[in-house]
Amino acid sequence: MLSDDAFKKIDREIAKYPADQKQSAVMAALAIAQDENGYLAQETIAAVADYLGMAPMAAFEVASFYNMYDLAPLGRYKLTVCTNLPCALSGGVDAAEYLKQKLGIAFNETTPDGLFTLKQGECLGACGDAPVLLMNNKRMCSFMTTEAIDQLLTELRADLRGQAT
Amino acid sequence: MLDIEIDGKALQVVEGSTIIDAAHQLGTYIPHFCYHKKLSIAANCRMCLVQVEKAPKPMPACATPVTNGMKVQTHSEQAVKAQKGVMEFLLINHPLDCPICDQGGECLLQDLAVGYGASASRYQEEKRVVMNKNLGPLVATDMTRCINCTRCVRFTQEIAGLMELGQAYRGEHAEIMSFIGQTVDSELSGNIIDLCPVGALTSKPFRFSARTWELARRKSVSPHDGLGSPLIVQTKHDKVMRVLPLENEEINECWLSDKDRFSYEALNSPERLTRPMLKHGGQWIEVEWQQALDYVAHAFKDIAKNHGAAALGALLSPHATLEELHLGQKLMRGLGSGNVDFRLRQSDFSQDGQGTPWLGMKIAEIGSLDRVLVVGSFLRKDHPLIAQRLRQAVKRGAQVSLVHSADDDQLLKAHAKAIVLPSQLPQLLAQVVKCAAELKGVSVDAAITALAVSEKAKAIAESLLSGTRAAIFLGNFAQQHEQAATLQALAQLLAKITGANFGFLGEAANSVGGYVANALPGADGLNAGQMLAEPRHGYLILNAEVELDSARPLQALAALKQAATVVLLSPFKLPGALDYADVLLPVSPFSETSGSFINTEGRVQSFNAVVRPLGETRPAWKVLRVLGNLLNLPGFDQDSSEQVRAEVLGAATPTPEFVTDRLANPLSDVANNVANNVAIKLDAGPNGLERVADVAIYSADVLVRRAPSLQKTRDAASPAARMNAVTLQQCGVSAGQELRVRQGEGQAQLFAVLDAGLPDGAVRIAAAHPKVAGLAAMHGAITVEAL
Amino acid sequence: MSFQPILTAGLDPATGDATWHLDDYVKRGGYAALKKIFAENITPEAVIAEVKKSSLRGRGGAGFPSGLKWSFMPKAYAGAKYLCCNSDEGEPGTFKDRDLLRYNPHQVIEGMAIAAYAMGTERGYNYIHGEVWELYDRFEQALAEARAAGYIGQNILGSNFSFELFAHHGYGAYICGEETALLDSIEGKKGQPRYKPPFPASFGLYGKPTTINNTETFAAVPWIINNGGDKYLELGKPNNGGSKLFSVSGHVVRPGNYEVPMGLPFAELLKMAGGIRGGRRLKACIPGGSSAPVLPAEIVMECTMDYDSIAKAGSMLGSGAVIVMDESTCMVRALERLSYFYFEESCGQCTPCREGTGWLYRVVHRIEHGQGRPDDLDLLNSVTDNIMGRTICALGDAASLPVRSFIKHFAAEFEYHIEHKKCLVPPEVQKEGSKIYVRPSC
Ligand SMILES: Cc1cc2nc3c(=O)[nH]c(=O)nc-3n(C[C@H](O)[C@H](O)[C@H](O)COP(=O)(O)O)c2cc1C
Ligand code: SF4
Ligand code: FES
Repeated sequence: MLSDDAFKKIDREIAKYPADQKQSAVMAALAIAQDENGYLAQETIAAVADYLGMAPMAAFEVASFYNMYDLAPLGRYKLTVCTNLPCALSGGVDAAEYLKQKLGIAFNETTPDGLFTLKQGECLGACGDAPVLLMNNKRMCSFMTTEAIDQLLTELRADLRGQAT
Repeated sequence: MLDIEIDGKALQVVEGSTIIDAAHQLGTYIPHFCYHKKLSIAANCRMCLVQVEKAPKPMPACATPVTNGMKVQTHSEQAVKAQKGVMEFLLINHPLDCPICDQGGECLLQDLAVGYGASASRYQEEKRVVMNKNLGPLVATDMTRCINCTRCVRFTQEIAGLMELGQAYRGEHAEIMSFIGQTVDSELSGNIIDLCPVGALTSKPFRFSARTWELARRKSVSPHDGLGSPLIVQTKHDKVMRVLPLENEEINECWLSDKDRFSYEALNSPERLTRPMLKHGGQWIEVEWQQALDYVAHAFKDIAKNHGAAALGALLSPHATLEELHLGQKLMRGLGSGNVDFRLRQSDFSQDGQGTPWLGMKIAEIGSLDRVLVVGSFLRKDHPLIAQRLRQAVKRGAQVSLVHSADDDQLLKAHAKAIVLPSQLPQLLAQVVKCAAELKGVSVDAAITALAVSEKAKAIAESLLSGTRAAIFLGNFAQQHEQAATLQALAQLLAKITGANFGFLGEAANSVGGYVANALPGADGLNAGQMLAEPRHGYLILNAEVELDSARPLQALAALKQAATVVLLSPFKLPGALDYADVLLPVSPFSETSGSFINTEGRVQSFNAVVRPLGETRPAWKVLRVLGNLLNLPGFDQDSSEQVRAEVLGAATPTPEFVTDRLANPLSDVANNVANNVAIKLDAGPNGLERVADVAIYSADVLVRRAPSLQKTRDAASPAARMNAVTLQQCGVSAGQELRVRQGEGQAQLFAVLDAGLPDGAVRIAAAHPKVAGLAAMHGAITVEAL
Repeated sequence: MSFQPILTAGLDPATGDATWHLDDYVKRGGYAALKKIFAENITPEAVIAEVKKSSLRGRGGAGFPSGLKWSFMPKAYAGAKYLCCNSDEGEPGTFKDRDLLRYNPHQVIEGMAIAAYAMGTERGYNYIHGEVWELYDRFEQALAEARAAGYIGQNILGSNFSFELFAHHGYGAYICGEETALLDSIEGKKGQPRYKPPFPASFGLYGKPTTINNTETFAAVPWIINNGGDKYLELGKPNNGGSKLFSVSGHVVRPGNYEVPMGLPFAELLKMAGGIRGGRRLKACIPGGSSAPVLPAEIVMECTMDYDSIAKAGSMLGSGAVIVMDESTCMVRALERLSYFYFEESCGQCTPCREGTGWLYRVVHRIEHGQGRPDDLDLLNSVTDNIMGRTICALGDAASLPVRSFIKHFAAEFEYHIEHKKCLVPPEVQKEGSKIYVRPSC
């Protein structure tokens, strides 16, 4: 379910907390698990809970509370576009619209090729760079003009092709 | 002490009190949903907002600590406005489906809405709908009604010990649920029904069967484990419809185990025996009471005449009432036989005559213990609410150590655990004794001093000696152990050395009452084990399925089958008895008779019938009395169960001390008795596999075995052969495989299950189940082969 | 004397991504304050006194005096005590901590180490907003550098003071910025705020005494120790000491962070950000992050950027996030988006917020979509009445204040929407104003 490498990473997280507070590592552990599997399946959550000695329901509470965890499979690239007010004033909504049109999907949908999933984001904490989007929870993409969006999509597609060969 | 004034009334409260505590002290009601005196404070419903002088905004009474000189108004304009505002929020997404809601009539939301709700809703948007969850056979859900007070979540986490429910998602999407697809399997799960202030969690068995206002409420006492939970039994048209806890801080607090709560379903079982029956030429025929009783009287008289009275024996159930047990033994003794016993699952009787096994302290005192050792107990399943008390004690800092043959999760953080084969238990306990003796500088038997001490034994001994209020309890498993006397002697010795309280966790509702009623073999009588090992001609059985309820089922069955006359008094047509019995007499279950139980702390609890006996069923005490008359025995002229009780306990209503004084086994006596008089045997066990047998929670007695909803729970899963990985490998079998298990003359076919909590060489097979009634005994050597 | 930045001193955003490392920080004078404490044997009490003198107020939103907060930590407490840094910046409009962590993580580390010394805490966590993951990684690297150099860890700089510091990341929940939700989140639970009392100083992380401060608050500490509290106070205004990093977003030419002395006139800040785009006029401004009441142009133009002036104008300085809206903005639509945010981010624990935020959003949504009713504005005000002051944490208030202030200052626009089922600001104007912004290359 999770690789040894993932457990090693989780162990590093556990080490940050007092010995009797393993549960503190659950957010990091779930993030590590999600990075590895693309999303958090029920069994993955249970495995993480078991590893940390907590009730599976307690881990599920966490997995369902924080919205960067995905409880269902999604596209290879999750693009979360901030449409909150400060961003919207500088084109956040327009950028999202542009993406919808380019990808032919609405928010919370995945392109038929399984490549992209689009999400509406709340404040990413980068309003000065609006429009902004977050790629796979990890990479902040700033100043997303239509050209920048095009470029990103091309890059991601190329990246994939590169991996395929 | 702090001064506080609530609605103009002054009072003093202890430091650390909240406003709601203070209000309760005054008898002032503050509306609330999430607050519950036994749960942590969540302060999430906001219904309890009150006005506090100098505070700029209303404060939640449940969470606001009293400060000296505080002035609180619970009904001021500000307070009521706040409460009404909260009520409006609670109702906007509530379906308001009271007419079809099972909680109707006992719903806190409904009650409070009358006082705090507005007549018309200002909320014109679409209401939220929440998917229902399948929480298992006991708890029904209607989650759209949920107000997210999280009482149920906190209960599973804090009281039941495992967070089986949680509040998933967030904001308006927050939902109470179990981990996807999982049921709530706690043995205390039914309490969330009581806790839920609305109709989101209701009783599945009770669902839609009656409205609360149609129900009569009567008090009773649970006939199952040694706790003796006080019950409120709700009835309609002479039928038990539902069982709720009757709150008693000293016994059950406000909780009830699922066994106590849902076993009532058996009372309405189609298996109920409603007319006396005789076996005639191999056929069962229904007869009149007179005929049946005449038959019994003749049969017993004949046996006594032809074979001597010692050819008769009585096997009584520890779940029978004090009155029944008393008359049962009196009848046998009247006939001239001392063969009486009610300790059907016991196999070592060598401590007989040396005191009464009881808790040795008050149940309520368990919570204040700081060091505890539990020996041989499937604690959580055998004593759900005592386990709960220990769980709370652990949270307050108590150290609870366990010595046992199976490492089931007791959902409490054990201080030290020693899990060894049944045959090793005495040795292990002796190691603890040795260690404690050394630490205290006391000398003990050479056999004990010769032992090597394991780390775990040392940790346990040190723990026991490091506190101020310690106790050592022997569980059901220890009491049923083949060397129960040795275990008891060692535990008593240990208690004496460490100054700990010593006690037994009583298995059944009348584990103490049976002793008090003297339902025990006399000096010349046979005990339960002997009566079955040395078959009798006639048996009187009360309320038991002997082939499931005794330590050696195979032997029991053989003994009963060969007997000339087996008379069974039971509320049910017991399938085994249909084969071996000759007479079936329909007697009342606890709900249809008056009687008394003496619980494990020695508390006498008497109760009345809550419904009329079903069909021609009669209370067993009456049946036994009439039998006494028919047999012309003296002393069978009681007119009421109270008179029977008075014969045992004296006329006055017994005080709590009355019984415990009479049990009179203060540590000094008993410890000396058993420890000095019982030879401590520390020999190693058999070479090879050993059986570990638990009595699964919903197999424990005649009644609970017939409660359909409980039988659908995971705890009622049919027995398997459980082994750890090493043992599985050693036997050349793998988990999931079907096995043949042989024990003595008997065998059973079971699936292998991996159980990491067992010691090497242990095969755990639950007892008290028809599937394993073919196995020889609850303990001892056993073999396993793949099919 | 012209103002010298202290949080962003010596930093050039153009090269900042390369100069965040320990060496660069030390070159900029970093860790001098920590060294000074041990070199001059400055007592913990003296450190707290200095911070009190500086009049440093919490930069996370509430503006609570930091020195005072530090003095609440029980001194004689025997067990573990904790220090937490709140880098969960998620308040719409706020992106200042991001730059601090991006360009100057060691300054936050140094500030935390000093605070830990002052309060006798041996273990700390920096809770970093999940969305700025790259900075979480960076902070971990910075911690490794600091640990290797002996600025954190056992026996810091050879003293007998030890302080272990770790990074903990969020994963998408605005509410975790609330300090007690943050603690629950570090404990591995849902981030749900706790009812106070008990306060974190007595019952915080793992039930132990804990102090939580914002990233910017900690980042100001080294300067205060180096230069003295008085100097810091002098930078700003009485009761509003020091400098402040303002995140300016919305319809300005150069959105971004601006470190200025407290008390700078709003107009000047606006000028620094290049003024309003496209020659349009300022319509309104939210001066302290989305939770702060909106102020119409005429009022905000009269304000200076400090706690007291903004409070007097009827809003809050909050986290210093200045959201600028020009005349192309539809105020109903703007409010709808903010209301959606609070509805989406309510933790769901307490009734008024869980139920009320959805109600507010739905009504505003209706109005925006031409389905408003005449009594909707009264209804909205009344619902906010029932939320405010009745919730466990301040999110309830945060959701209500925008609603009330938008209605209060822009009632006509709301009424027009309700009556005419459409917006006062023509759609094409709105479209022009909210289109993707291409910043001028400068
Ligand atoms: C809903 C809510 C969100 C908050 N978000 C943040 C935040 O993102 N960052 C922050 O520093 N403080 C935030 N706070 C304030 C914190 O609760 C706390 O007051 C602050 O971290 C204390 O640090 P300071 O005294 O240095 O400001 C938030 C408060 C609330 C009620
Ligand atoms: S006000 Fe909202 S966010 Fe705060 S505790 Fe209550 S429900 Fe949670
Ligand atoms: S009872 Fe006080 S908030 Fe629920």
